[in-house]
Amino acid sequence: MKPILEIEHVSKRFRLHHQGASYLSFRDRITNLFKSTDVTEDFWAVYDISFQVQPGESIGIIGRNGAGKSTLLKILSRITPPTSGRIISRGRIASLLEVGTGFHQELNGRENIYMNGSILGMKKAEIDKHFDEIVDFSGTENFLDTPLKHYSSGMQLRLAFAVAAHLEPEILIIDEVLAVGDAEFQRKCLKKMEDVSRGGRTILFVSHNLVAVGNLCTRGVLLKSGRVVAEGDVKDVIRAYQMDFEMNQNTLWQRTTTSRAPLWFETIKIQLNGDQPALSLTIDLALRSERKHSKGFLAFDIINSLGVTVMQAIPRIDPFIEYQPGLQNLEISIDLPPLVPDTYSLSPWLGAHNNETFDMVNNAVMFEINESPTKGRTFPHTYDHGSIVPPSSVLKYTK
Amino acid sequence: MQAQQKENIISSDRSVILNLSELWSYRELFYFFTWREVKVKYKQTALGVIWVVLQPLIMVAIFSFFFGHALKNDNFLGLPYPVFVFSGLLLWNFFSSSVNTAGNSMLTNAPIIKKIYFPRIIIPVSALLVSGVDFIVAFVAFVVTLIYYQVHVDVLALIVFWPLALVFVLLGTLGISCGLAALNVKYRDFRYIIPFGLQIALFVSPVIYPASNTSNPWVNYVLALNPMYAAINFFRVPLTGTSEMNFFLVMISSVSAIVFLLLGIYYFKKTEAFFADIA
Repeated sequence: MKPILEIEHVSKRFRLHHQGASYLSFRDRITNLFKSTDVTEDFWAVYDISFQVQPGESIGIIGRNGAGKSTLLKILSRITPPTSGRIISRGRIASLLEVGTGFHQELNGRENIYMNGSILGMKKAEIDKHFDEIVDFSGTENFLDTPLKHYSSGMQLRLAFAVAAHLEPEILIIDEVLAVGDAEFQRKCLKKMEDVSRGGRTILFVSHNLVAVGNLCTRGVLLKSGRVVAEGDVKDVIRAYQMDFEMNQNTLWQRTTTSRAPLWFETIKIQLNGDQPALSLTIDLALRSERKHSKGFLAFDIINSLGVTVMQAIPRIDPFIEYQPGLQNLEISIDLPPLVPDTYSLSPWLGAHNNETFDMVNNAVMFEINESPTKGRTFPHTYDHGSIVPPSSVLKYTK
Repeated sequence: MQAQQKENIISSDRSVILNLSELWSYRELFYFFTWREVKVKYKQTALGVIWVVLQPLIMVAIFSFFFGHALKNDNFLGLPYPVFVFSGLLLWNFFSSSVNTAGNSMLTNAPIIKKIYFPRIIIPVSALLVSGVDFIVAFVAFVVTLIYYQVHVDVLALIVFWPLALVFVLLGTLGISCGLAALNVKYRDFRYIIPFGLQIALFVSPVIYPASNTSNPWVNYVLALNPMYAAINFFRVPLTGTSEMNFFLVMISSVSAIVFLLLGIYYFKKTEAFFADIA
């Protein structure tokens, strides 16, 4: 049987203009007529990628932020053309890079189902056929004639996923849409996607959530800096990714590029102190302000090696991070709960109270925990059952 | 699944020819985009659809009040001034609202363009279709105006010239809309240029006053490059006859409409692949 998707030496180059503006104004064009000082740098978002997908297979594409996953999906979805190479597809491709594309706040639920379904490539007859199922799946039957702007964000999301879940292409491309919504809804989505893949459809799935990838996919492709570094059984590929993750473990992060934010992280350094189950993390931060900014505060996500955020620390800064030109230093301590042995990474976030993000560094630094959180016991801890082992005791035992 | 699936190839080669069979397979999306815009356009307005009729009528009233008096001694091809100005505005409004919405359409729809593939030309074309809906309503109002003023209409000329006028309006509007939509993605300056351009174009088109021929032929030639020149002239033929029409200038304008169409679509197709990268 011929592969349903053949990806042959696909590369995509972006030209980075160092003036900062990603689009040209007419004035730039005219002034640039007379000088050729436009500094450009080539950046290969994906480089020479080749692999094949058999019909009915579900493939997980994993890699760190910036590894080229999203660009590859955009090329496969025909949103952006490759710079070289080609892709042969033998089936209808539908891509779900975002849920709710084309939703309009002024239209009601019913109208949005048709609009969104149609943009995703469904025929009106198909939407008619699945209409009741979609409404049922989203649980919005009482709001079908209400404009979308009166929906809660959770309801909008459920409606959006419900439409997407009823797409019936031969090849379905999904980008991390599951990273949103409450746990109950995420489970429902994963279940639906498992049904889809069991129904013989081909799925390409990109996610940071290695648990989801492991459950859903049979094969994996690991991308690193735009290149394929591992391909094969999904378990092996996940292991390769985790190994890579561990090898790059680093307790110091320093900014190498300039930032356009008014306030940003210059260096991030961590140190792990104490013993299980009373570990603490000391974080040394250097922040730099360039321009006036609103009062800032910090948040720290702690992520396990599967890419699941296990907790977030929001240290109180009294009063706030105020504007002050130049560097400011902070030392922060986080008391860690009893954690399952694993490699964890820390993603610090810097922003203002109005949800404005100044800077964030995904997986900036890492730390490893080898000790068991329940010392003296032989019960093995694995991240399959979560990352935190809360202290527990037996209060009463009646024989 | 079928054993023999059609092969699709994604590569860096891009065609600048419109793929009509692909467009046909996306015909429902034309409908949904147009339908969405029409639905949204008059939501939360107290008068709703009445605005569609009211807008051209108010414009006709304003122009009649100011220009109808000021240009009293001019010759409006033998027509009452409201009929004269309405016949021009009918086509002009279609052109102007199409160019205006289509010109910005790639930017307003940028979130969709970045996430989903479909033939991009659907977006500016559906902006035309939305204006087309307004045009049809305004057209009915125009016919009522003709009856009210008891204007003599040459039915034979009507069968020939009204469709001809519509064809040239469509060609010119489509070309200019697509071209500007694509240019606007790359050079945001067009967001500001388009409204000014449209205002200037209104005064050099024979909408408010008849196509006056200046003594300098070259000025006339340049003004005739405006594709709306031919369309509006054609549209008035059944009401006025062809006696005052300058055939040479109309010819220039017709050819110009076709050139605008080809150039606009060519530039759009040439740049559309990269809309998602720079929009």
